[in-house]
Amino acid sequence: MEEQTSEKTYRIHLMVCAGTGCVSNNSFAVKDALKEEIKKQGLENEVLVVTTGCNGFCERGPLLVVEPGKIFYQQLTIKDIPHLVEEHFLKGRPVEKLMYSPPEDKTPIPVLNDIAFFKGQVLIALRNRGLIDPEKIDEYIARDGYTGMAKALTEMTAEEVLEEVKQSGLRGRGGGGFPTGLKWEFVRRASTNNGGIKYIVCNGDEGDPGAFMDRSLLEADPHSVIEGMVIGAKAIGAQQGIVYVRNEYPLALKRLNIALDAAREYGLLGENILDSGFDFDIKVTRGAGAFVCGEETALLASIEGRLGEPRPRPPFPAEKGLWGQPTCVNNVETWANIPVIINRGADWYHSIGTETSKGTKVFSLVGKINNTGLVEVPMGISLKEIVYDIGGGIPGGKEFKAVQTGGPSGGCIPKEKIDLPIDYESLSEAGSMMGSGGMVVMDEETCMVDVARYFLSFTQDESCGKCTPCREGTKEMLNILTKITEGKGTEEDLTLLLELAQSIKDSALCGLGNTAPNPVLTTLKYFREEYEAHIKDKKCPAHVCRELNTYTIDEVACVNVGKGCDMCRRNCASDAIVGEKGKAHTVIQDKCIKCGVCYDVCRFGAVKVD
Amino acid sequence: MNEERLTEILGKYEADQSAIIAVLQDIQAEFGYLPKDAILTVSKEMNIPLSRVLSLATFFNAFSMEPKGRHPINVCVGTACHVRGAQLILEKLERELSISSGDTTQDGDFSLDEVRCVGCCGLAPVIMVGDEFHGKLTQTKIPGVLKKYQK
Repeated sequence: MEEQTSEKTYRIHLMVCAGTGCVSNNSFAVKDALKEEIKKQGLENEVLVVTTGCNGFCERGPLLVVEPGKIFYQQLTIKDIPHLVEEHFLKGRPVEKLMYSPPEDKTPIPVLNDIAFFKGQVLIALRNRGLIDPEKIDEYIARDGYTGMAKALTEMTAEEVLEEVKQSGLRGRGGGGFPTGLKWEFVRRASTNNGGIKYIVCNGDEGDPGAFMDRSLLEADPHSVIEGMVIGAKAIGAQQGIVYVRNEYPLALKRLNIALDAAREYGLLGENILDSGFDFDIKVTRGAGAFVCGEETALLASIEGRLGEPRPRPPFPAEKGLWGQPTCVNNVETWANIPVIINRGADWYHSIGTETSKGTKVFSLVGKINNTGLVEVPMGISLKEIVYDIGGGIPGGKEFKAVQTGGPSGGCIPKEKIDLPIDYESLSEAGSMMGSGGMVVMDEETCMVDVARYFLSFTQDESCGKCTPCREGTKEMLNILTKITEGKGTEEDLTLLLELAQSIKDSALCGLGNTAPNPVLTTLKYFREEYEAHIKDKKCPAHVCRELNTYTIDEVACVNVGKGCDMCRRNCASDAIVGEKGKAHTVIQDKCIKCGVCYDVCRFGAVKVD
Repeated sequence: MNEERLTEILGKYEADQSAIIAVLQDIQAEFGYLPKDAILTVSKEMNIPLSRVLSLATFFNAFSMEPKGRHPINVCVGTACHVRGAQLILEKLERELSISSGDTTQDGDFSLDEVRCVGCCGLAPVIMVGDEFHGKLTQTKIPGVLKKYQK
């Protein structure tokens, strides 16, 4: 892909982020412009452009980190490049205006490690982020890649590997939090039938909306997952591995396949790996867009070419999994942790985190937050540190309301619980869950009833329809929530919602159904007054539920401040605003479709919503 | 439908029945949807009952039984986009194109669908037109985005 090679020594390395966030923001065009400009200035033998995986600070893309020195440039455009190359790489004067400045004080911070977003993070799963080109195996190896695997294959017995992972305290990062070592032990002990083999599966069917850690990991460091799987295979005695990746992640699929080919070519995968006599290979299966396939039995069914429907457990996949053989299913992030645990030892890993939750967790921090991006933090860190220190708080001076964790299976944690330490147990106690690591921040302009309705519409849509509680129950809950958001709800609806929630929790077949009521239960627990405002006052306090909103224009502000600018009338979607430039404008309520565009475009605060 | 391409796709998997989902994915990628004739051929060549092929084709979101527009628009309705106003963006597109979500314009230029999270939440709200991303959208930016693709 690159014309330049890394065999030569370069004075400067330019690490251009090529994660999906930055690619969507045109980082490839920025990369091309950089290369061209570097050539133009005659610096091609001194400055090397490297494309890396996701750097994490997606909010500020496209990103560029200059090594050595970790000078951090952000929000680059092609126009910035000639000036940047001339000033910094030719004349040695870093360009301040392209650096990050925090919203509150505007002083540029040149070095990546000094930026609050990066400061509080501890990188284990994401150890190579932004440091290597994910399409080059040599760069992974240069960062101690495959040394954990070599140790496991040549110096350790399978029992020793298993024991190390058990001792580390690592728990499944896909959401359930089951101890990884224990799961491995079950599969190791299970016997195959009819002369079959054992399988290990990497679950990369990341379905939670608002979560992209698996995607970033596979895109930024696919070898860490491959290495983890080989180590797991040795401990378990598995011969075949399968990585199941969402079809919506083309870049992750591409980089994973490149990595697998390279690993095979280097003899790190396939027959007799590193002359250890151990055989193991990995295949890739593409998901086909069904949220329920994140559930392990549904996932295995779809690998076999069947409908992605869950089945009752037991038997667990550890006994009867893929093709009826013992199968170990772990999440992408779990696998990526394994090489480091083997390399640095269980004791080291065990020393990070809380009593019950060890190590780190990757979260995708999104929603109403200044620093959207991917963060890896030690277990036990408080929600407050994540939202305010790393996340940089809420944009526009708005008030923080809640954090949603665990996706459609999780719940909303209110601001009163902001000091909550993040681990599996405290999140469950608060009514939510760790989940795969989506963390959606909500502010005063987010309606909690609408959020509950949103998640229910998601689970309802994704319910596979096999069991009645999930198929019919979620539909009924969604109907009630929709009624409430339209101002047609009654007090009794809340009682009925709670009853339905409980019975679905108790009787649904799989995790999707069991946890579907969580968003409703937590919002009802912590934000009941918002539900009541919709029911009793027919008002949506956050002004999200459209049927309950009324838009009006303050004529005095419109004429005196805005000079009747006419923006609202010109942008109105339904010709519901009358008036002319320089004069007062009014909303004709019968015609208004409540799209809110008038409110958005008015720069004088003349449009009111109630 | 290009028969040759279909034969090539089927040949790649050597009638391995467990590869049925991969076969359908390749057909979807090649033709933009699952043509009726292709489904019939797959059933026959792979020796899988038509009912099973159809149940797979309708279960998974990745498959469509109808051709999409020349510029398929996917509106991300993931959580981050939802709290940043994805619904209003979707409705603005519906009004601009005079179609509902799930439909294709009469001239075949655009089709409009919703997708659950494309994984670039930092750009929310986001839409994809073909393979191109458009992020940090507002209702007022939509006409400009569409203009890029209109003849």
